[in-house]
Amino acid sequence: MINSIAQLLIGGVDLAAAFLLIYGLKRMSSPVTAPSGIVLAGGGMLAAVVVGFFYIAGVHASAQLHLPLNIALAIAALLLGGGTAWLSGKRVAMTSMPQMVALYNGMGGGAAAAIAAMELFSTRATGIPALSITLLGALIGSVSLSGSLVAWAKLEGVIKQPLRFRGQQILNGTAMLAAIILGGFIVYLTQVVIGTPQPAPLLVCLFFAFALVFGVLMTLPIGGADMPVVISIYNALTGLAVALEGLVLQNPALMIAGMVVGAAGLSLTQLMAKAMNRSIGNVVFTNFGAVAKTRPGAIKGELKPVDAGDAGISMRYAGSVIIVPGYGLAVAHGQQKLYEFVKLLQVAGVTVKFAVHPVAGRMPGQMDVLLAEASVPYDMIYQLEDINEEFSHTDAVMVIGANDVVNPAARNDKLSPIFGMPILNADQAKKIYIVKRGEGRGYAGIENPLFYGDNCQMVYGDAQTVLVKMIEAIRGLASTA
Amino acid sequence: MNPDFSINGYAAVYILMLAGVTGWVVVTRVPAILHTPLMSGSNFVHGIVVVGALYALLNAGTTLDQVIGFFAVLLGAGNAAGGYAVTERMLAMFQPGPAKPLHPRTSKRRAKKAAQTKPTPG
Repeated sequence: MINSIAQLLIGGVDLAAAFLLIYGLKRMSSPVTAPSGIVLAGGGMLAAVVVGFFYIAGVHASAQLHLPLNIALAIAALLLGGGTAWLSGKRVAMTSMPQMVALYNGMGGGAAAAIAAMELFSTRATGIPALSITLLGALIGSVSLSGSLVAWAKLEGVIKQPLRFRGQQILNGTAMLAAIILGGFIVYLTQVVIGTPQPAPLLVCLFFAFALVFGVLMTLPIGGADMPVVISIYNALTGLAVALEGLVLQNPALMIAGMVVGAAGLSLTQLMAKAMNRSIGNVVFTNFGAVAKTRPGAIKGELKPVDAGDAGISMRYAGSVIIVPGYGLAVAHGQQKLYEFVKLLQVAGVTVKFAVHPVAGRMPGQMDVLLAEASVPYDMIYQLEDINEEFSHTDAVMVIGANDVVNPAARNDKLSPIFGMPILNADQAKKIYIVKRGEGRGYAGIENPLFYGDNCQMVYGDAQTVLVKMIEAIRGLASTA
Repeated sequence: MNPDFSINGYAAVYILMLAGVTGWVVVTRVPAILHTPLMSGSNFVHGIVVVGALYALLNAGTTLDQVIGFFAVLLGAGNAAGGYAVTERMLAMFQPGPAKPLHPRTSKRRAKKAAQTKPTPG
């Protein structure tokens, strides 16, 4: 009786939670409704976790004896995991958002894999379909866990360079095949040959090891510029793993929420890949950047450095300015100073707009978040297709810490690895200032002909330092006038 | 988990298919400016895995199950709580119009007003 009531309650609340999670995501389609969307989704999640304790009413007979300890462990894990993540999420700098999302995503994948491990080590998953689904969820969850951790290490700067070596793709393929074959072998052995429901623990451990190694190997060669796609893929994979484990546990809330994220993540990944004019497979399986070679003599002209103050003053007297932010701005934490500079320009009567490329930064829309943090109103921020026509009649463009997204080679150099990628037409403006730390190339390792153009000048230095100098120069102008 | 209600065969496939279509449709309408919060938001949504982990841990019958279950709940809770915290923080920063926010409530009212006059920014 108590059990039935508990089940009814769990079913009802989970149904409401699944609805709230989807509805919350739906409200994220506008900046106005989005803040309430996440609160609604959060409420649904909290309710689902609280009623999750009603599972106590119907635990397996084998777990009855352990129940008090299990409850204590559950509460401790919730407080410890939730508390730590909550605090870190509240404290992390906006510029570190991509690695934080990668980390939380890896945790989700890990949780799904751990659930699968429990099903496999105990005798709960029986029958070929259930066991296969559990193993598939385990594989995807493990790959997502280890892959996300490598992505985190790359974004955090723990791993500095993409690791590439000969025969890498063969090794990756072998690791993946080994995990899949081992999974198939486990199903065959336990369900067909022996007929015992319990897979050999050693085989299960080996299976997880291969899956984890594959996740690491797959992510190691991928360069920084492709991180938006990678994070997006792992987000989708974790969703899928959660949906599969939800099916095994017969929990519709997990199935629905997981699958919604899986599809949403896939859609977002495709959007990112499209913005780079590459297929998802191309991003994951080719060593991007390795093919990029500078052909000597292909680019005419020279780099023309200019003083930061002079560049700032020249923009102060321009009629219209477009600013193209990139990852360099995030690295230098320059977003506040940038908006301060922009406000000075606006006071002087300059029309200022921000142009954001879909793959600028290290995760989709990272630039939008940085500008939002600096209180830049979102109606000043324009996306590629909305602003690209305007460059040709704009007086000055300032490119801060971006490179490949304004590289005209994508338009006209068939040999360039980024050929065909839609770019911001910064080269069509009357005057271009490139704020850059040094003469080095971008993450894709490609030479940028834009920098050598007659209308282009280089402002060398850390984005924040440069902006401070520009602000000082304009302020100095006002005090002497 | 419920003896009276089980999802098998085609019912499961239907649920997954419909949920997949829902996710796809919901995301294609989100403007590029919100892609980061959307990503961390969907990251939060798959934090629901903590409920499954809770079920598995409460039903743990061996020490090994308890250890793995503990980590499952720990990681799932981290996913959910962390995803929520960063998403909420990011969304609070998006604001319309050139004026600085005076107070959270004022800016919310302003946001609504701006939405009425200018429905699709960006």
